[in-house]
Amino acid sequence: MADTSSLVADATVVTPERDIARDLARRAVWVAPVFVVVGAIGWGATGAASSAIALALVVANFLIGAAIITRAVSISLNALYGAVLFGYLIRLGALAVIAVVLKGSGDWFAAVPFAITLLVTHLGLLTWETRHVSASLAFPGLMPQPVPQVTPEENHSK
Amino acid sequence: MLNVLAQTAAGEMVEGLKAIGAGLGYGLAAIGPGIGIGTVVGNAISAMARQPESAGMARTTMFLGIAFTEALALIGFVVFILLLP
Repeated sequence: MADTSSLVADATVVTPERDIARDLARRAVWVAPVFVVVGAIGWGATGAASSAIALALVVANFLIGAAIITRAVSISLNALYGAVLFGYLIRLGALAVIAVVLKGSGDWFAAVPFAITLLVTHLGLLTWETRHVSASLAFPGLMPQPVPQVTPEENHSK
Repeated sequence: MLNVLAQTAAGEMVEGLKAIGAGLGYGLAAIGPGIGIGTVVGNAISAMARQPESAGMARTTMFLGIAFTEALALIGFVVFILLLP
């Protein structure tokens, strides 16, 4: 086994999961109007509100999951294992509590648009994100953004 | 027990059983993804320990693997919220 102390030292510098989660959140903001409008068309104002809550929960789930990994990997690999598994349990439990509270809070919550948005956005955003992930040694997280090429004519005009 | 059951209204028993079923279903649906996430993280940790220079790559794959596996648990969650009375 190799020495993993450098891994712990690098953990705070290279944070691919945090970058991916932030990129997922950015994409969720792009698709949010679509789901809110579909929820509003199908179920009225309650559908729109429920879809918006589901989107917020999906984004929060990604961001919290990434934050847990980033924090735990800077401690040790054993901490990473424990944190991810207990993080999974805690996040699922929190989702259940939120669902029970929302369902019991009144007539303004619609379960069907909430459930559809939650599942479709989670899987859809992840599938979309895999097209923008590099996962190589040079770029462990997201693909690098292309640098705009400056032509000689543009260079002369400057 | 029968006295307690006799005191419930007609719909209450069904609603209660629905809630129990929803909770049980959600719990059972979370077992498989839990095992899956354990496998994903275990193998990622093994990869990071063997090749620390590729830790970033392993973490990316691990994060996406965890998120995809969690989608299975979310299917259980969707069933839970739809069954919840």
